[in-house]
Amino acid sequence: MPITKNRLGAALALSVSVTSGAALADESKVLNIYNWSDYIAPEAIEAFSEKTGIEVNYDVYDSNEVLEAKLMSGGTGYDLVVPAGAFLERHVQADIYLEVDQSRLSNYDNLDQVMLEKVARYDAGNEHSVPYAWGTIGLGYNVDQVRERLGDTPVDSLDLVFNPDVAAKLADCGIAMLDSPAEVVSMALNYLGLDPNSEKKGDLKKAEAMLQSVRPHIKYFSSSKYISDLANGEICLAVGYNGDVLQAQGRAEEAGQGVNVGYSIPSEGTLVWFDVMAIPADAPHPDAAHKFIDFVLQGDTAAGISNYVYYAVPNVAAMPLLDEEVSSNPGIYPSEDVKAKLFTQNAHTPKFDRILNRSWSNTKTGR
Amino acid sequence: MSIIAESVRLTGPTLRALILERLGQIKCGRYAVISIPGLWLAVFFFIPFLVVFKISLAETAIAIPPYTSLFEFDLEEALLEISINLGNYRYLFEDDFYLAAYLNSAKIAAISTFFTLLIGFPMAYLIARSHGTTRTLLLSLVILPFWTSFLLRVYAWMGILQKNGIVNDFLMSIGLIDTPLTILQTDIAVYIGIVYTYLPFMVLPLYTALEKLDGALLEAAQDLGCKPAQTFFLITLPLSLPGVVAGCLLVFIPAVGEFVIPALLGGSDTLMIGRVLWDEFFLSRDWPMASAVATVMLIVLVLPIMLIRNNAEKQGEAA
Repeated sequence: MPITKNRLGAALALSVSVTSGAALADESKVLNIYNWSDYIAPEAIEAFSEKTGIEVNYDVYDSNEVLEAKLMSGGTGYDLVVPAGAFLERHVQADIYLEVDQSRLSNYDNLDQVMLEKVARYDAGNEHSVPYAWGTIGLGYNVDQVRERLGDTPVDSLDLVFNPDVAAKLADCGIAMLDSPAEVVSMALNYLGLDPNSEKKGDLKKAEAMLQSVRPHIKYFSSSKYISDLANGEICLAVGYNGDVLQAQGRAEEAGQGVNVGYSIPSEGTLVWFDVMAIPADAPHPDAAHKFIDFVLQGDTAAGISNYVYYAVPNVAAMPLLDEEVSSNPGIYPSEDVKAKLFTQNAHTPKFDRILNRSWSNTKTGR
Repeated sequence: MSIIAESVRLTGPTLRALILERLGQIKCGRYAVISIPGLWLAVFFFIPFLVVFKISLAETAIAIPPYTSLFEFDLEEALLEISINLGNYRYLFEDDFYLAAYLNSAKIAAISTFFTLLIGFPMAYLIARSHGTTRTLLLSLVILPFWTSFLLRVYAWMGILQKNGIVNDFLMSIGLIDTPLTILQTDIAVYIGIVYTYLPFMVLPLYTALEKLDGALLEAAQDLGCKPAQTFFLITLPLSLPGVVAGCLLVFIPAVGEFVIPALLGGSDTLMIGRVLWDEFFLSRDWPMASAVATVMLIVLVLPIMLIRNNAEKQGEAA
């Protein structure tokens, strides 16, 4: 189990840094990173260690919720974490991150200004965070099975999952949906022509009614299972993250069982998300963390990551260095028209979160 | 000789004092022995429970930790402010979602426990009736699954039960079914998972009870004209009742709060309290509410069980 090993590594590294104490305070040789699973090019970490002599303890998680629960308990020992925007917003409110010293990031100008402005919605002035990657939530589908059932109906519409008449036709081959209340409800509100960030009870009721109407046609709710199920044909439609669907596409090709996976961004507009790098307030090695952020901002490092994980990086210098198949894939780097229709999901108040989650539980259990 | 002399000398008040002193020592020693598990219970059960209970009386906050503290002490004015929020408990009773989750968890746990008993009893009986190396072998077979990670074993069941898994492949190859059965992501898969996982916890206490069963009693019953079924219900079952109770409790209690099995094998509509707890804690970030759910679960489900058990033990002693 790599995770356990890494945890142990992090713990050992921590104890070392404690014993060697203040003498090494400004020149730390260890960096504890906590990032999403499968979210970096392995070469990047090696190259960083080689260049700086800093030993990296790399630990992974698979949901924002798990990251948040750890951070909110405090004393994690991590120097760098990668939360998503709406979570960042709440974390900044809770004051759990250090301010990022931009003057120490020589490659900061490589960042896409438009993306920086969008992330500033979560973190005013980009003071506590540096964008890492971004992507969309869209439709992953089994090309042949969907065509067989829907004919020439366009597949770039949320009608496929949110219109009960259309969804009913796909129910037999399996529809999966992200188990992420804030994101899915936000998309549902947008589909109904309402404000995707609305906190009105009436709006939520409408979204719930719509979701309940398609619930009988949905096979399951999960934020990770759909990757393998799309790849092996167990399901034919998933509301999922773009990079995950593209991963499924890759796996299906490798398996060679004749499963064709496609990804489309809904024409109604969809949710765009950002993951950012941030330094916990109690990070033992903030200097090393700054060095790592600067390293990731290098054009070649960022391009390497994008080529490997199939997510877009908000880095201007990386663009010319991207593989053709990545840069020309509209599922990863969408066109400007599509970009214009993307919307963000903001953090909710705890009170709304509670009724949102209750509504979501009711939808899932069909109550 | 000298002992007698001594005992003769030790009469009257002196002897009583000595006996009392001895008894005192025994008592002290007994307390010392009991205090170790007592301390263990206090540190690892009671104090954590108090912490959970304390959090359940707080309110959520956007901070580390994500809830308000109950006590605010103002040093200058020497003012201690205690704020207790009972809102979580009120909400728990107002919203029938939690009641449904508790009841469904209890239902799933009860049905699973029943099937575990049904399968576990003959297994335990067989082991208790076998001898020598066979018995050792059978016992180690029961314990063997523990050598593999519980999570891996549940994942293996996903492979067995899925659409193109072993069960469906087999049933289709022998022509029993034409289209694959949907077992995974249903309550049935949850039952299978729980029964499989907790079977050893049923078999071992049953085995202990059945092993003590005096074979002569069975022979006597037969001699007096009892049919095998009668013997079972009149002799074997009543005498193994303590094992049945212990096994059922060992299965039922953890099954009620089970999270991993319904999360991996169950469908999105399998409503269990373990998943509600996860959602409250991770999705709603509502630690106080999650703590209230956990506290009520402990009181509603565990206390009656402890009372039943206590009662059963007292009856056992009286008999």
